[in-house]
Amino acid sequence: MGKTPEELFKERNKRVEDAVQLKVPDRVPVAPNFGFFYAKYAGITCEEAFYDYDKWRMAVKKTVIDLEPDMYTSPRFTVLSPGPLLEIVDFKQIKWPGHGVSPNHSFQFVEGEYMKAEEYDAFLEDPSDYVMRTYIPRIYGVLEPFKMLPPLRSMMVGYAGARLTAELARPEIITALETLSKARAESLKWRSIMDSLRQELTDMGFPSGSESIAVAPFDVIGDFLRGTRGVMLDMYRRPDKLLEATEKVLPMQLQAGVLIAKRSGNPRVFIPLHKGADGFMSLEQFNTFYWPTLKKLIIGLIDEGLTPWLFIEGDYTSRLEIIRDIPKGKAIYHFELTDIFKAKEVLGDVVCIRGGVPNSLLCIGTPQEVKDYCKKVIDVVGRGGGFIMDAGAVIDEAKPENIKAMVDFTKEYGVYG
Amino acid sequence: MAQDLIRAIADLHEEEALRITEERLSAGEDASKILEDSRNAMEIVGKRFENREYFIPDLVYSGEILQEITEMVKPKLKKAVKIERLGKVIIGTVAGDIHDIGKNIVTFMLDISGFEVYDLGIDVPAQKFVDKTEETQAKIIGLSGFLTLSFESMKETIDVIKDAGLRDKVKIMIGGGQINDEIRKYTRADAYRPNAVSAVSLAKEWAGDK
Repeated sequence: MGKTPEELFKERNKRVEDAVQLKVPDRVPVAPNFGFFYAKYAGITCEEAFYDYDKWRMAVKKTVIDLEPDMYTSPRFTVLSPGPLLEIVDFKQIKWPGHGVSPNHSFQFVEGEYMKAEEYDAFLEDPSDYVMRTYIPRIYGVLEPFKMLPPLRSMMVGYAGARLTAELARPEIITALETLSKARAESLKWRSIMDSLRQELTDMGFPSGSESIAVAPFDVIGDFLRGTRGVMLDMYRRPDKLLEATEKVLPMQLQAGVLIAKRSGNPRVFIPLHKGADGFMSLEQFNTFYWPTLKKLIIGLIDEGLTPWLFIEGDYTSRLEIIRDIPKGKAIYHFELTDIFKAKEVLGDVVCIRGGVPNSLLCIGTPQEVKDYCKKVIDVVGRGGGFIMDAGAVIDEAKPENIKAMVDFTKEYGVYG
Repeated sequence: MAQDLIRAIADLHEEEALRITEERLSAGEDASKILEDSRNAMEIVGKRFENREYFIPDLVYSGEILQEITEMVKPKLKKAVKIERLGKVIIGTVAGDIHDIGKNIVTFMLDISGFEVYDLGIDVPAQKFVDKTEETQAKIIGLSGFLTLSFESMKETIDVIKDAGLRDKVKIMIGGGQINDEIRKYTRADAYRPNAVSAVSLAKEWAGDK
């Protein structure tokens, strides 16, 4: 007799939970971390994924139903905000399909010094004020007039503050807010479609990998504020300010991750790591600037009963001993280029390992080659549980038959018994 | 004095390096000599990067110090300094991809290792590689790509280079992100290298400087 979708949902969740807790599940969970693969699989363009909400929803649904993964990656991690919304607010920090990059390609980040070196003090003194009046006007074209706002804290002076409220209604700001009301309508429309998609997939028995994102404090500064070059120079020229800034953003990231995870009911919090990899910085720099606040973020989430899913981009082979230092059986380490066999040796008794299949193999290999590789990974990294089968990096391009081979083979060969 | 400047730059002591430069300039020393010392210091930086004593932040910082010294020295330079170059390299991130951290590191390392580097930037159309090759007669091309979309783009770029009749005249290496030797075969590049250090030593090999 077939299982009900509800039973399947529980079974898949338990399989993943068991792997996270380093118990032996019924079989190796398989969760291909889909990005634009959803679009490619269903035959729509990346541009359509950004602009045609219904097509995007159908594409995700089709992919999940056809391939039946144990967890699917929320499409909100691929299209974080839809194209029409980005256009309305004139967003500057990414180029997206049909808007700066080809209709068939992923969105890409525009590196920049969005916070200048000499602005650390303003940021540290009052991050909200800095974001409102300096950062927002730089990254959203339509909100440029926000730089004319008075510091809102200046209204703390009782009734003299009342006259400052008038500054909030400058004509330029009114115009900006009028545009924002269009953004709001677009955002609500998109959100309701994404919410109903999630509900549909839940009703069909498919849990998502995660619904919430937290960012390592060093990456918040390096990615969104200072840029790669900026943050690297800061390590030399103003290390104390940089460290202070990472401490400052830590509770913000923690709060955001906890809030959204708890609201969604999905305990897993996605943490994509960017600038701490081998080669990117020395072990000493990693220990000084990157790891302390990341570790606090991980532990803070665990203390809230949540499961951090670290997406460890690049190669971390030299840092495995350091990142071992977290509570046992509470998190997922998803490796991209790290030697996953070595990772199993060093971390296997502490953390659930995810990943293993090179994206290049999924792009240009044959199904047989994919199966052979998966076999090796299941035999070694899957041994004794604590492993989730996945590709190393986010899956945009890949041959559908190779993804199918990875999923089906894991379901067949990955049974523990 | 020369040793002091070389050491200050190589050890990434920015203030000291700038102070020594200032002192040497006010003492009326030949500006080109200061530049030569800076280049020697950068060679040490490159060596330390090769030995994994230095990492990307250190390279970026050394580049910044060099830039500042060059700015200070430039107005006092009597004539353009002619530098012996090992060869010419054209480099760029292939069409569709706008990532440049890895490419910039390779460019920097090639430059301080003595190559004349033509960096075409990011999202470079295939034809631009062809045009630049014809213009400069460079014999080495480096294609960079971070995203998986770059596999196709590299393949197309190499096809266009071939169609232009240049394939036998250049050696092509690829690298970045998910690139590996499988992708090298797929794109028919001559070589794949996983990092800047190995890319530079291959370029030296190809340029006949072993």
